[in-house]
Amino acid sequence: MKGLTALLLLLVATAPAVAGEVRAPATFLSPDLRALQDDPSRHPGWLWIDTGEALWRAAPAGGRPSCQGCHGDIAGMSGVATRYPQVAQTGELLNLEGRIENCRSRHQQAPAFGYESEALLSLTSAVALQSRGLPVSVATDGPAAHFVAEGRRLYTLRQGQLNLSCAQCHDENVGRRLRGDVISSGVGTGFPAYRLEWNMMGSLHRRLRACSLGVRATQFPLGAPEYLALELYLAARAKGLPVETPGIRR
Amino acid sequence: MANATLPARITMPPEARRGEIVEIRVLARHPMERAIDAPGLRPVPRKIIHTLRVTQEGTEIFRMDLSTGIAANPYVAFTSRAIETGEFVFQWIEDGGVTYERRQVLTVT
Repeated sequence: MKGLTALLLLLVATAPAVAGEVRAPATFLSPDLRALQDDPSRHPGWLWIDTGEALWRAAPAGGRPSCQGCHGDIAGMSGVATRYPQVAQTGELLNLEGRIENCRSRHQQAPAFGYESEALLSLTSAVALQSRGLPVSVATDGPAAHFVAEGRRLYTLRQGQLNLSCAQCHDENVGRRLRGDVISSGVGTGFPAYRLEWNMMGSLHRRLRACSLGVRATQFPLGAPEYLALELYLAARAKGLPVETPGIRR
Repeated sequence: MANATLPARITMPPEARRGEIVEIRVLARHPMERAIDAPGLRPVPRKIIHTLRVTQEGTEIFRMDLSTGIAANPYVAFTSRAIETGEFVFQWIEDGGVTYERRQVLTVT
């Protein structure tokens, strides 16, 4: 009986996850990497967090207020990252990076940092960190609905020379191995994340470009509408899962 | 050029009892450029942190030679015995001679 139970447990542990079940990315990490993700004294991503928190307090040139000048302490940003991507009043879909860039160019009247710049990655990570552990809760109805639909279309669209959709790996083969790593559920809750392959922090869009390249499909530019819609769809899938930023990824 | 700063996180207890073993964790931000630019296959000058040196009140308590086999943003953990209250000086020595420095005080009770 004991042996049978052990065998059943083993089967459960090794079986690929059922399609449709979306698990937190941390649950696919090895115990070592999971411990690293939870340990600021060893996690290199915290070096970017430090930079981001300093940027939060630093006033831009020209006498405009710092982030802190309007929003107060960065701890007040708790929960904000759980609600992005979000449709702005202008009708455009903004992710956290886009929201920060908007704030910077409109309210601080400073030149945009640029997608994937050190400053934007740091500031985005520091803001998202304030929501670490909180459940993703993006709006998917109203003006966001057609962006979610567009994201779902891209997620299920066969693409590239390998003719694969996101869903074929990240739903149908979740938990199985690909190129030395475990295929996780398609969600982006750990980004910006420190990816060991990059040796640095990187955005979700950079990761999506790597996925596009992997199936030999068109790589869209960082911040492209296609990736924004996909990011919103991934966040819709991740509703209720905790924000892990800064994540550790292979 | 000495005493330049390097983004770094040093994790150690602020105080310890005399004789206690304390763990010191040192994480620094550095590309550890190992002279091989794989994507472009262009040779670039090697630029790594080749030495991490830690002194307390002038006495060297830890020294490590780092090689090109060590990944970017090197993390080092070591232990030291708390003897005297004093300032730990952490020095990262980079190819080309630049030394980065950080200080942290350990209070011994």
